[in-house]
Amino acid sequence: MKVLIPSALHSYTGGSKAEADGSTLAAALADLDRRYPGIRFRMIDEQNRIRRHIRIFVDGVQVVDLAHPLDPRDELIIVQALSGG
Amino acid sequence: MASNTEKPAVQKPGARQTLLLVATRKGAWFYYADQARQIWRTDGPHFLGHIINQLVLDPRDSRTLLAAAKTGHLGPTVFRSTDFGRTWKEAARPPAFAASADGNGRAVDHTFWLTPGHADEPDVWYAGTSPQGLFRSEDGGVNWAPFSCINDDPQYRQWMGTVQDGTPDGPKMHSIIVDPRDAAHLYLAMSGGGVHESLDGGHSFTPLVDGLEVVEGFDPAEITFHDPHCVRLCPSNPDRLYQQNHCGIYRLDRPARRWQRIGRNMPAAVGDIGFPMVIHPRDADTAWVFPMDGTSVWPRTSPDGKPAVYATRNGGETWQRLDAGLPASQAWWTVKRQAMAADRNDPIGLYFGTTSGELWASRDEGRQWECIARHLPEIYAVETAEVA
Repeated sequence: MKVLIPSALHSYTGGSKAEADGSTLAAALADLDRRYPGIRFRMIDEQNRIRRHIRIFVDGVQVVDLAHPLDPRDELIIVQALSGG
Repeated sequence: MASNTEKPAVQKPGARQTLLLVATRKGAWFYYADQARQIWRTDGPHFLGHIINQLVLDPRDSRTLLAAAKTGHLGPTVFRSTDFGRTWKEAARPPAFAASADGNGRAVDHTFWLTPGHADEPDVWYAGTSPQGLFRSEDGGVNWAPFSCINDDPQYRQWMGTVQDGTPDGPKMHSIIVDPRDAAHLYLAMSGGGVHESLDGGHSFTPLVDGLEVVEGFDPAEITFHDPHCVRLCPSNPDRLYQQNHCGIYRLDRPARRWQRIGRNMPAAVGDIGFPMVIHPRDADTAWVFPMDGTSVWPRTSPDGKPAVYATRNGGETWQRLDAGLPASQAWWTVKRQAMAADRNDPIGLYFGTTSGELWASRDEGRQWECIARHLPEIYAVETAEVA
């Protein structure tokens, strides 16, 4: 499936567009980490929680459960939440 | 003294060059000195926009450089370079707590402290995190494993308290010290949570807080109320420790277990509250602190807006104010616990970075100060290194 990557993670992917496979969000993120080592831990902590300033959308709907099922036609959008300082 | 971003600092063949590693809230910078430590060549920014809590060059190989990093949006990691920052590679397994069965366990917010291991263990490093956690790498910082004996121990977890009990930007483990005579002899400190010692390589720890004061009205017998800000071991006498604490400046001469409050000898108008403490590399009686205003709401600024380093040359019996070259008034910055360091030259150089993004240097052990960089982001850490 297509994955849109936020600018803060382009150092891993080289750009905003990536691909990942998986039947759940957890599996897709694991596959993304295989392709781009280290990227998952920057988004998901060691207790499998989505980090505070990261949001994940599947076909435009925010998802907070890593067990959320995915279809190969889904589009995954990873967003860095608006925050600053 | 001046900084120079164009010309390289000129070195005699074979000479050792002093390098300053400056970690900030928005990236990292390197400053290379010429032989006289008068001209500084700037290399940076590295990791622009990243929060760099510490940057340490391994003194055992003068080559391995580790950076504790995160950004405002992303989780924490450790980067590694073996070519002085020309290229960086991320740790394969950064410091992270063990996953809990219910998913409610702690997560590392940031790695705060990095300590190279003993000279006999060339690839060993230790890391301290926020919230408080101790981690060890045995491959030069590529993979990090947690010390469950302290990170998950119920007693230690109680002493660590909660996030609300810690410093404003998160409770921290810091001041991880390896006895140069014994790789299994470790010290560490937690804000909050006290000072602790291990004699068995970190398999077990015991508190080392006798004599330390805590905030008025609280019981010093309760470990969780102790807030060491910075603990240093004397390189020339590893039986001597100094400490800048939330409640004073202390010295401990082992095997004694009771800290002595040497900060009582500081001028009353300045007090003995602060964050950093630096020890002379060859003289265990000489140490420097940077006092701050710890009154009322804890402004964390220089007392009365007049920054000064204070030095002792007799183990804390007397203190001397060293402010030549520093602003005489209206300077409302201070220095964080990792942001002051000494080199090993003779006379030694002293350096500190400020919360307002200035880097100050002294080539004569603090007698005269000069600003060598301005307009940096808030400086979190300053480390020195010697490179060929």
